[in-house]
Amino acid sequence: MSNNQKKQLTPVQQEYQELQKQREIKRPVVKNCIKAFLIGGLICLFGQLIQDFYIYYFDFTEQTAGNPTVGTLIFITMLLTGFGVYDRIAQFGGAGTAVPVTGFGNAVISPAIEHRAEGFVLGVGGNLFKLAGAVILFGVFSAFVIALIKTILIRWGGL
Amino acid sequence: MGGVIMLAGHRTWIFEQKPVIISTGTVGGPFEADGAISKDFDLLHADLWLGQDSYEKAHKVYFEEACQKAMEKGEIQKEQVQFLLAGDLINQITPTSFASRTIGAPYFGLFGACSTSMEGLALGAYIINTKGAKYILTGASSHNTAVEKQFRYPTEYGGQKPPTAQWTVTGAGTALLSDSGDGPSVTSATIGRVIDMGLTDPFNMGGAMAPAAVDTIEAHLTERNIDPSYYDLIVTGDLGQIGREVSLDLFKKHGTSISEEQYQDCGLMIYRKGQPVLAGASGAGCSATVVYGHLLNRMKKGEFKRMLVVATGALLSPLSFQQNETIPCIAHAVSIEYGGEQSL
Repeated sequence: MSNNQKKQLTPVQQEYQELQKQREIKRPVVKNCIKAFLIGGLICLFGQLIQDFYIYYFDFTEQTAGNPTVGTLIFITMLLTGFGVYDRIAQFGGAGTAVPVTGFGNAVISPAIEHRAEGFVLGVGGNLFKLAGAVILFGVFSAFVIALIKTILIRWGGL
Repeated sequence: MGGVIMLAGHRTWIFEQKPVIISTGTVGGPFEADGAISKDFDLLHADLWLGQDSYEKAHKVYFEEACQKAMEKGEIQKEQVQFLLAGDLINQITPTSFASRTIGAPYFGLFGACSTSMEGLALGAYIINTKGAKYILTGASSHNTAVEKQFRYPTEYGGQKPPTAQWTVTGAGTALLSDSGDGPSVTSATIGRVIDMGLTDPFNMGGAMAPAAVDTIEAHLTERNIDPSYYDLIVTGDLGQIGREVSLDLFKKHGTSISEEQYQDCGLMIYRKGQPVLAGASGAGCSATVVYGHLLNRMKKGEFKRMLVVATGALLSPLSFQQNETIPCIAHAVSIEYGGEQSL
């Protein structure tokens, strides 16, 4: 076996994989979805409370309160990641902790802590976006493609 | 005639001189201290850092301490150790090599992933048996966060692990081998072949490694021409829950009569119920600490006389996995006997 040609597995390998599959503990998908819904929902509820706090006690409007809210959530994530709590919540919450902005914060903060031992430039600097880099790259690229399509449709499509 | 290695079959060595494990050293981390066999460690640490500024340096210290413990208990000075055979899971096995710099003994760096412990013991016994040395130190180690950092995500990253994942042991286990002395003796070894069943999931090592363990165990029994009941215990390194069950299925299919009680796994012994380890423990330090600590202690108490240790290793790298390569696996078996007549 040199590569991932799954279709080129030998009969022995196929037979073993069938056998192995029966013993493999499956991810509890439904349970994980419910947990993700609840934990993700709680994070969003908490975010909403922070947003309301900024609107009522400071001079923010519903449009501008987003930025300090995100900042606060990321700050809290930073503390939770640094104290080694976030990954435990994430093992329980799954996508519920990965999808909100806290998940993105954690993906940037955790390599920063991890690679501190290799110095600030090559360690922290070089690895900071190890996980989040792909999200940023493909996020920006998809936005560019969508914007291009929209521009074409408006200009020549007569929308 | 002394010092003869008998080759049984294709890949099994019978050590007629019966090299003796005169002492062992086991060191564990905080998670292991909280585990099921904490009393069997010589030394336990409350933190992962050990005052070092990186996990890799702490990893090195764990191994150094295990070596020192074994030498101290065996009443051997480090100048007397003729060869050190050891390895770990970090790139270029730096923790072990750096620790060997401190110990100063002539050194063979080994890499057999989590099978390193028995790879070292088999080779060490071979050298002792042929009178190539009087004292050999062998061992393996792993460090949870150093290994996670290398093979997976940053340790504090919140990625949900599937139920098939295993927990890397923080710990080091070493054994001091000699041609004479008091202690359990190493009687034979079967060297594993690299087996690849085409599995690709690095979060399911047990399932990938099970066929390698089965292959080596069956080869061992055939080549020594013995029945599985010869051993009181056949113990695998870190197959975990899934790997153990799958290998039992394979034995049943092949008509090898190994009972469930007789067939245990180090990865399922080290932690207690309730610790969040998912499918069990893994890592080069897993079989090394459990065998050289817990199991040899039980053997010395007379709980069992003959055991076959089968350390299993998944020979992947983070790079090979990202390049969609499958996971080749290996298992080395070494028989250890103590008390009673050692029939060969």
